[in-house]
Amino acid sequence: MTTITTREPAEDHAVGMKKSGGFTASAANYIDERTSISGAVKELGRKIFPDHWSFLLGEVALYSFVIILLSGSFLTFFFQASMAEVVYDGSYAPLKGIPMSAAMSSTMDISFDIRGGLLMRQVHHWAALLFVAAIGLHMLRIYFTGAFRKPRELNWVIGFILFILAMAEGFTGYSLPDDLLSGNGLRIIDGLIKGIPVLGTWVSFLLFGGEFPGNDIVGRLYSLHILLLPAIIVALIAMHLLFVVVHKHTQYPAAGHTNQNVVGYPVLPVYAAKAGGFFFIVFGVVMLIASLFTINPIWNYGPYDPSPVSAGTQPDWYIGFADGAMRLIPTGWEFVLLNHTYSLNILVVLTVVGLFIVTVMMYPFIEAWITGDKREHHVLDRPRNAPTRTAIGAAGVTFYASLWAAASSDIMATHFHLTMEGVIHTLQATTLLGPILAFFIAKRVCLALQKKDREIVLHGYESGRIVRLPGGEFVEVHQPVDEYERWKLVSYSDFKPLMLRPNAQGKIGPAEKVRAGLSRWFFEDRITPVAQSELNRAHGDHPAEITGK
Amino acid sequence: MTTIKTPRARRARKTGRRHPLASIALIAIGLLFTGGAYAAFSTSTAVATTDASSQQTIAQGEKLFAANCATCHGLSAQGSSEGPSLIGVGAASVDFQVGTGRMPMQMQGPQAQKKPVQFTAEQTAALAAYVASLAPGPGIPAAALLDAAGDAATGAELFRINCAMCHNVAGAGGALTEGKFAPAIENVSAQHIYEAMITGPQNMPVFNDMNIAPEDKRDIITYLKYVEDNPSPGGLALGSLGPVAEGLFIWIFGLGALVALTVWITAKSN
Repeated sequence: MTTITTREPAEDHAVGMKKSGGFTASAANYIDERTSISGAVKELGRKIFPDHWSFLLGEVALYSFVIILLSGSFLTFFFQASMAEVVYDGSYAPLKGIPMSAAMSSTMDISFDIRGGLLMRQVHHWAALLFVAAIGLHMLRIYFTGAFRKPRELNWVIGFILFILAMAEGFTGYSLPDDLLSGNGLRIIDGLIKGIPVLGTWVSFLLFGGEFPGNDIVGRLYSLHILLLPAIIVALIAMHLLFVVVHKHTQYPAAGHTNQNVVGYPVLPVYAAKAGGFFFIVFGVVMLIASLFTINPIWNYGPYDPSPVSAGTQPDWYIGFADGAMRLIPTGWEFVLLNHTYSLNILVVLTVVGLFIVTVMMYPFIEAWITGDKREHHVLDRPRNAPTRTAIGAAGVTFYASLWAAASSDIMATHFHLTMEGVIHTLQATTLLGPILAFFIAKRVCLALQKKDREIVLHGYESGRIVRLPGGEFVEVHQPVDEYERWKLVSYSDFKPLMLRPNAQGKIGPAEKVRAGLSRWFFEDRITPVAQSELNRAHGDHPAEITGK
Repeated sequence: MTTIKTPRARRARKTGRRHPLASIALIAIGLLFTGGAYAAFSTSTAVATTDASSQQTIAQGEKLFAANCATCHGLSAQGSSEGPSLIGVGAASVDFQVGTGRMPMQMQGPQAQKKPVQFTAEQTAALAAYVASLAPGPGIPAAALLDAAGDAATGAELFRINCAMCHNVAGAGGALTEGKFAPAIENVSAQHIYEAMITGPQNMPVFNDMNIAPEDKRDIITYLKYVEDNPSPGGLALGSLGPVAEGLFIWIFGLGALVALTVWITAKSN
């Protein structure tokens, strides 16, 4: 490539200003000679991406983040991250003359006195909610299709850290306007921190620069919100995407899809155009929502004052599960020892939520250890073909959803005419029993679906046509499944529980025993994929070939 | 004329369907009638003028009381196991409870629910006059305190400090324990808001004049009427319920719309 590009201008000079390709070619040539970018364009432009709607969920998250960056930059032009007291003198009458912090006052000015300010605030906040929601849905897709398996375990961890950082970004942003809602949220965080034995009070005083709320917290959160957290997020997003390029994209099982290839469209030109266009679609949807629907009406909440707490005070949706976990703790979970109160109501929440988060983050390694699977996987699992994993996922979703729902216990009570206690007790039950129930239901449903697939492969679809044979017997004619469909139905990996084997010293360690036990739990109920021999037998004199294996 | 009529008739017969906008039109007409009736009704409430002190009114109230309230509250309003004594609750209490339809109570429950008003303005006034004649109690507030022309900023601050923990900062209502709740204060008349503050109906505490001065109550009403009359500057308010409504909205409509769009983008062309 380089040899050609360096020769061409020389020839041009020799012939004397002969045009070859016009401005685009010469501009491209100019850039390539100075950056050698053609190699990267060639490589990336030919990169193949499979086409499926669920592969665009990560893109929704990425584009929401871009929208957040753009609208957030606008907001920084006008926001003052200061807790200095000022008297509000803007256009909103019900707050006129009320003393408040400069942070709140400048957010009010953004909302009422700066052209486009309220729209940008709402774009920023709605896009933030969308960002975390899209990450959540994207993670569910990755989990249930087994896309986190080798070689993508580290990318799962990076993605999960991004999810946590997105929540941190959201929470710091929620706290900045210094309105009543954000102050109440910070007060809960302060309480959580103070509930940690020995360290709590020190950490709280360090964070707030003295007794809550102090005069420092908004400025500190602002630094985190606009500098440190976004910088880490951008860096991790870059790594996340780099890994996608390095690993190549996964694909759903279908005819011709193997672990050695990627079936789809090249990035250039169609995919790039689609993805680029999709950015504007996401931007459009966020703009539409932001222009039609109010979000975080700080003018209703008023400035922060430690005494009032509004009914319906909740965090944004992504912190809801932690808030809900605290609402679910029964009353009186604390004890006094040596003149110190130990708040189990806080410690249990911190432990359970912390364990849940760590387990989800480490799940790829846990599953790999249990299954002992060291192969690379580029073809996704259909959720039914990994029944235990799908069941664990269903249990996790039920657990999270119960905690999440608990954060809106008061709203559910008023809107469905229930008692608050009834709602809480029901959710306490679903938090503990729901996951177990969900596990068994999901696993049985998966196995049933696998059985149905087997049946279809072996005997085809029921056609509803009843034929009477010469001997008088009635049979239903089954329509054989076509080759493309069959590939999808039979091409999944079959696992057996691990065999317990002694190691080099001839001993079986306790870790191995645990692992074998878990492996049995994982794989003892399984439906093996249809083998060629079975298919031949089923089809009798007209054998069909299995191509997916 | 006929040339126009026949094809239209034929088309209608052919499809056998109503116009697509027919149901919307029907709903609009229905809403118009309901709204009209409601407006007529509210004006009739406002017009009512009854001389509360006249013996005739009190006697009429006593009759109404015996017929409608005495079962629970006792023949001389002394109370029973089914309902509290009404001696000393004042005219304001009766005007609020009966005027908002909470009394007569439909059923025993965590608290009396708002429902269509059962008495005319004159009857309500007569009942109030009767109960007020039993013993002194808070009276119906003067019109000057109900004009919603006070200081909205002071009112908003007082509302946040005294009322928002149950009623929500925007007056959207909230939950209490054991199925009780603080109702939404949208579209509640200034008089009823004032009476609720001085009498503390259902589970609400009493905010007497030592607690919140009459002028401050006027400011609170001013703020509530400001919120009611001025639509949310940010667009539709989603019930003013806060982050729960926002989160549900972004998951169902925001992400829902985007998932639909991703399906559209990746759909294979025919």
